[in-house]
Amino acid sequence: MMNREIKSYFPILDQEVNGHPLVYLDSAATSQKPVQVIEALKHYYEFDNANVHRGVHTLGNRATDMYEGAREKVRKFINAKSTEEVIFLRGTTTALNLVAQSYGRANVEEGDEIVITYMEHHSNVIPWQQLAKERGAVLKYIELNPDGTISLEQVRAAVTDRTKIVSMMYVSNVLGTMNPIKEVTQIAHEHGAVMVVDGAQAAPHLKIDVQDLDCDFFAFSGHKMCGPTGIGVLYGKKDLLNNMEPIEFGGEMIDFVGLYDSTWKELPWKFEGGTPIIAGAVGLGAAIDFLNEIGLHEIEQHEHKMAAYAMDVMSEIDGLQIYGPTDPQKRAGIVTFNLNDVHPHDVATVLDMSGIAVRAGHHCAQPLMKWLQCTATARASFYVYNDESDIDRLVEGLRSAKEYFSDVF
Amino acid sequence: MSSKNLDQLYRQVIMDHYKTPRNKGTLDNDSVNIEMNNPTCGDRIQLTLQVEEGIVKDAKFDGEGCSISMASASMMTQAVKGKDVDTALQLSHIFSDMMLGKDYDDTIDLGDIEALQGVSQFPARIKCATLAWKAMEKGVQSEGKS
Repeated sequence: MMNREIKSYFPILDQEVNGHPLVYLDSAATSQKPVQVIEALKHYYEFDNANVHRGVHTLGNRATDMYEGAREKVRKFINAKSTEEVIFLRGTTTALNLVAQSYGRANVEEGDEIVITYMEHHSNVIPWQQLAKERGAVLKYIELNPDGTISLEQVRAAVTDRTKIVSMMYVSNVLGTMNPIKEVTQIAHEHGAVMVVDGAQAAPHLKIDVQDLDCDFFAFSGHKMCGPTGIGVLYGKKDLLNNMEPIEFGGEMIDFVGLYDSTWKELPWKFEGGTPIIAGAVGLGAAIDFLNEIGLHEIEQHEHKMAAYAMDVMSEIDGLQIYGPTDPQKRAGIVTFNLNDVHPHDVATVLDMSGIAVRAGHHCAQPLMKWLQCTATARASFYVYNDESDIDRLVEGLRSAKEYFSDVF
Repeated sequence: MSSKNLDQLYRQVIMDHYKTPRNKGTLDNDSVNIEMNNPTCGDRIQLTLQVEEGIVKDAKFDGEGCSISMASASMMTQAVKGKDVDTALQLSHIFSDMMLGKDYDDTIDLGDIEALQGVSQFPARIKCATLAWKAMEKGVQSEGKS
């Protein structure tokens, strides 16, 4: 099923860039969107658009049904117990900030610890840095193994009874590493800490089961999983969410407003102040339908296959260094690399001239770059619409880049 | 590959500055020290300037980055050394116009800098080329204030 048929659902991929058919290898930054999602957005705006939870009129009811219907799709997608535990927000960053500012401020005190890892994306670093500074808490980093994986011994060494929050990415956006979230959650709970999961790179690629993971919070974004930008989800356990204060106040989230005091709606709406991201949620729902049709298990297997093939053929290029786990079964479809002395920006420019889109830079993970002892890397990331021929084009492009720069030097 | 386009970007003289940077290093004590980075990609430059009586007596740079950012830094130090501050700032404005694809003042001899003209065709790389110049502007302006 993972073949050209899937690719044909993505109109954007059918174009030439700089005179070559586009090869899009930057899905870890944002994925492309299938017609099913584009049509869902179009249909929503052409037929159903209205504000939710207030209109007595038909369109208002339809929009509300679609918005809440999308919430149920998300609930099933991550296997949450109830839709009360599914909060629609702008994206992973907003979701992690909500946890830090609401749960964090109420529960972290001076001298308490917040534990993260060296591989985190900035969005799972800075909210905790800010919280730690504000509360006088200690921010601790879990060390990585040389291959960029995390061992449970290192987690046990970092998490103590003073730890209030452990926050970790499920899949690394740089190394592709898949972290043992279930086991880390267990360790966090043994010490009475809550477990926060940055699922931005996991939700597009793996079957997510928040009950099985037993994590307390799980954040992810729609745009990395075929959905539109501007919609994301925070899952939280009901008991925790019930005891948390909103951080945004205004319309939609209130129960009763007095002159000097107000009360909040029930979950999940108390965290959704203002007119919600209705079309975004509808688009995310369509994206979930699309991914389910392919099957998350199939997607995961496809990613491993792509990573294995890429690592195999790329390692044949002299002077090419690949970062992260060497076992493709331990990584998602992300391959980060450097080519000899050629700076990754220069690599990316040469590839772009051949119609190949890769990311170059620090990938919003400067602490990890420091750990890798490099300032920048190039990254190719694969998704449902990529196949071996895309990787062959990448390899061809990398060989030309190498040749080009050995000529000009 | 469209190597003709690439040749516009990676001119021989640029690669020469990248491989053999001029004025690489740091100046001592009394110099102005400016550190700047490009937050989107991690390019980093440290520029030290010795400015006396309105003249840029010496300039050195250190840092990490792609061929364009490092070559541009090398060319910039070469260009401003020995110039008065006003001329250095004028060069910077000309360079900025060149990057934006605008008509620029060609009455001043730009020397090697002219080779960077092709960068204007690569919008994603303009920030790489302008980093060192921004650092220089900041440096001579802060010197003027003190």
